[in-house]
Amino acid sequence: MKFKNRTFDDAETVLDIRNLTVKLAGNETAEPVLDRVSLKIRAGETACLVGESGSGKSVTSLSVMGLLPKGSLVATGGTIDMDGKDLLTLSPQAMREMRARRISMIFQEPMTALNPVMRVGDQIEEVLDTHARLPGAEKRRRVLDIMDQVHLPEVERIYRSYPHQLSGGQRQRIMIAMALILEPKLLIADEPTTALDVTTQQQILSLIGELQEKHGTAVLFITHDMGVVAEIADTVHVMRLGRIVEQAPVETLLRHPQKDYTKKLLEAVPSLTPRPYQTGEERETVLRVSGLQKIYSTGTIFVRREPTRAATDVAFAVERGRTLGIVGESGSGKSTVARCIMRLIDPTAGEVRVAGKEIATLSRRELRPLRKHIQIVFQDPFRSLNPRWTIGRSLIEGPLNLGEDKRKSLARAAELLALVGLPEDAIGRYPHQFSGGQRQRVAIARAIAMEPDVLVADEAVSALDVSVQAQVLELLDSLQKKLGIAILFITHDLRVAAQICDEVVVMQHGRIVEHDTAWNVLSNPQHAYTRSLIEAAPGRFWDFANFRELRSA
Amino acid sequence: MAATPEPAARLQWLFGAVALPRGWRMGAGPIIAAAVLGLIVLAAIFAPLISPHDPMTMDALQRLKGPSDTYLLGTDAYGRDLYSRVVTGARVSLFIGIGAAFVSVLIGLMIGLVSGFFRLADAVIMRIMDSLMAIPSILLAIALVALNGPSIWSVIIAITIPEIPRVVRLVRSVVLSVREEPYVEAAIALGSSMPKILWQHLMPNTLAPLIVQATYICASAILTEAILSFLGAGVSTEIPTWGNIMAEGRIYFQLKPSLIFWPGLMLSLCILSINLLGDTARDLLDPRLKKREG
Repeated sequence: MKFKNRTFDDAETVLDIRNLTVKLAGNETAEPVLDRVSLKIRAGETACLVGESGSGKSVTSLSVMGLLPKGSLVATGGTIDMDGKDLLTLSPQAMREMRARRISMIFQEPMTALNPVMRVGDQIEEVLDTHARLPGAEKRRRVLDIMDQVHLPEVERIYRSYPHQLSGGQRQRIMIAMALILEPKLLIADEPTTALDVTTQQQILSLIGELQEKHGTAVLFITHDMGVVAEIADTVHVMRLGRIVEQAPVETLLRHPQKDYTKKLLEAVPSLTPRPYQTGEERETVLRVSGLQKIYSTGTIFVRREPTRAATDVAFAVERGRTLGIVGESGSGKSTVARCIMRLIDPTAGEVRVAGKEIATLSRRELRPLRKHIQIVFQDPFRSLNPRWTIGRSLIEGPLNLGEDKRKSLARAAELLALVGLPEDAIGRYPHQFSGGQRQRVAIARAIAMEPDVLVADEAVSALDVSVQAQVLELLDSLQKKLGIAILFITHDLRVAAQICDEVVVMQHGRIVEHDTAWNVLSNPQHAYTRSLIEAAPGRFWDFANFRELRSA
Repeated sequence: MAATPEPAARLQWLFGAVALPRGWRMGAGPIIAAAVLGLIVLAAIFAPLISPHDPMTMDALQRLKGPSDTYLLGTDAYGRDLYSRVVTGARVSLFIGIGAAFVSVLIGLMIGLVSGFFRLADAVIMRIMDSLMAIPSILLAIALVALNGPSIWSVIIAITIPEIPRVVRLVRSVVLSVREEPYVEAAIALGSSMPKILWQHLMPNTLAPLIVQATYICASAILTEAILSFLGAGVSTEIPTWGNIMAEGRIYFQLKPSLIFWPGLMLSLCILSINLLGDTARDLLDPRLKKREG
C-alpha cells in the first residue's frame, strides 16, 4: 500500500489551533466539549480528524468556521490562528469575509446543503456575488470553469439543473465547486463521502486530491472511516471525548500506533479478508426465494410511465446456521428484496418459502402466525424502538401476539437482555436512555424473542461506530452459533460482508450479478461490477487490525 | 443512569421523546388564563349554590332594576336576576364547549387512524370529509333546530360535524408520517394485529396535537353556541345561556347596557383563557411551532 509521505516542513502554516477549549454555555462545571485541542495544517496538506461519534470532530470544524451554535456552545480558551489573526476574536462581519474567501466547507449530505428551489449554477454564482463584483459574462465563465474542474459532464445543462435532478455524487461535486470557486486557503470537509456509494466516494476523494494539488489548498478532512484515512491523509489526528489522543503522519500511525485507543480503533476496522467458508454437513434450507420480482408502476390512468423494476428474478436460498450477504450500492434493490421477504411490501411475482411454507401470496391475516419464523433488524436504532414504550414492553410484544403468558414472556425478556449483553434493569427503562449500539442490541433481542428461523439484518450495523459495529457483529455471530438461526445480511459495506457472511450475493439494478461463497466473491470476483466495488473500497491493501500490508495483496 | 421515576415516565409516555424546551418558564399569561378559566368552571359547577335567585323566576315588579343588595348585577326585562342567569349560563356554554370538543376529537380520532393507515379507506373517507367541511355550522344548526326543535344536543351536533374533518386531517397526517417509522414496521413483523398497531403504536403520537386542537374546538364551540342562541337558532330561549341573555338584552341595550356587557365579558374572558391555554399547550408539546420570540 502506498501512503502519502510528503513533508511539509518548509510549507507555510495555514491554520494553527492552539489549546482550543469549548464548553457548554452556562454550565461552567460540565466536562468541556473540546479540551485543549491543538493542531496545525500547512499549505497543501491533508489533515484527517478521526474519531467516533461524539468525539468532538465536528465541533472543532465548526469552531474554525465560527459557526458554533449560539447560546449552547462557547469557545472559552485557546486561539485559532489564520493569516496572523485569531479567528475567535473576529467580529461576525470579518468572520463572514473569512468564510468562502479563506476557509470553506463541504458537508456530508449535499441534498440538504443545497437550496432545492434554486438552479445549481445560480447557487455557485451567488457565492461569487457575495464576495466579488464581476460582470455577468465573466461570472458565468468562472462558474462553468469551476464546474468543468470538478469533472461535471455537460456543464451547460447541469448549470440549469435543480439539485433533485442530479445524482448524489454530482451534488457533492457542486458543493465542492461552490467551496473552491473563491480559491480558499483551507477547505474543511465534514464526512463528505459518508452518504455516497463506494464507487462515487472513490471519485470524490480523487477529485479533492486533484484540486488540492492544483490550488495548494490545505484540507481538514473529518471522517470516521479508517479506509478513507489510509487513502488520502498526510497527517492523522485521532480524537476521543473532546481531546486529541494521537497525532502522527499517516504511515507512522497505521504501522506503529502508540496509544491504546488508536490501536483499539484500528483493530475494530473489519478486514477485507473474507472468513473461510465452512464446508460442512448438508443443512436444512430455511429460506428459499425464487423468481422474486417487484415492479413499481408510477403511472396513473392519464399518464403512462415506464414502471420501475426494483427487483427482477431474484433467487437464493439460506441454510440453517448460515449467513448470506446481499451487497450492492444504493438503488440496487437489496432493501426491496428484504422488505418483500418480510412481506412489508408485496412482491409482484415469485416465491418466498420460509420454513417450508410459501408466504409470498398469503393474506395479512394468514401470514400473522407465520411471522415468528422470520424477523428483521433495521438500520436506524433510534427509530426502530417505540420511544414511548419501555424496553420490556417492546421485547414482549411479539411473544404476546403468539398468545404467550405475560409473566413468562417478561422472564424470558430478562434472559434475552442478558444474552445480548445488556443489564437486567434495562427492562424498565426507555429507549432514549440507551446509546445507538445498546438500542441495536435491544432490537436484536426483540427479534430473537420470537425464536425465528431466519433473521434479516437490513444494514443493521451501518449507523454504528466501528468499535460498536464490531461488537454487534460479534453478537450476531455468537447468537448464530448458539441458536442456529440463518441470517440474511444486507449491507453496502464489503468489509462488513467479508466479516460475517458465508455466501455473498451481489446486486445491481435489481438483479443478482454474482452469487458465490464470500471467499470466492472477494478474492476472485467474476463480474465487472463486483470488481469495481472491491477496487473502490478505500484502504483495501492495508490490514488495519494487524498494522501491516495485507498478505494476499 | 438512574431508573426513571414514575411521574416522569408518565410524561414520557404522553410527550414521546420530545423533551420540554430547555429554560422554558411559565409566563404570567397562562397562569392568569388558568385562574380565570378555573373560576368560571367552579362557578358553573356550583351555580345552584352561589346564585341567590332562581335564574328562571320572573318578577313583574322588579323589571330592569339596577344593581342592589338583592340583585347583584340588577335584573332583566322580565325581572330575573342577571347575576344568577350569567352564572348559570356558564354551565350550558362550558357543557357545549367541552361536549363538542370531546365528541369531535373522539370521532375524528377513530376515522383519522383508519384513514391514515389504510390507503383504500383513505381515498373514500377523505372525499366525504371534504364535503363535510363545506357545510357551514350555522346553516346546519338552523336546519337541525328546524327539524328537532331547539336543544343542547342539536347545537353540539351542529358544531361537531364541521369540526370532525379538521380533526381527521390532523390525525391522518400524524399517522401517515409515523407509520413509516421502523418501529411500526417491526410491530408488523412481530405479528401485531392492525387494531393493536393503530391503538398502541400510532394513537399515542396523535395525543399531543389533539389536546391543542381540542382547546381550539372548545373555544370555537362556545362562541358558535352564543352566536346561534343570539340568532334564536340555539338552545331554547328560556334556558339562560350567554348568547340567549345577550339576545334578549339587545332590545334594551340603550336602557340597560349591562344586560349585554356582563354575559359578553364572561364569554370573551372564557374564550380568551381557553385559547391562551391552548397556545401554551402547543408550545409545550411541540416546541417547533412556537412563535419566534423577540
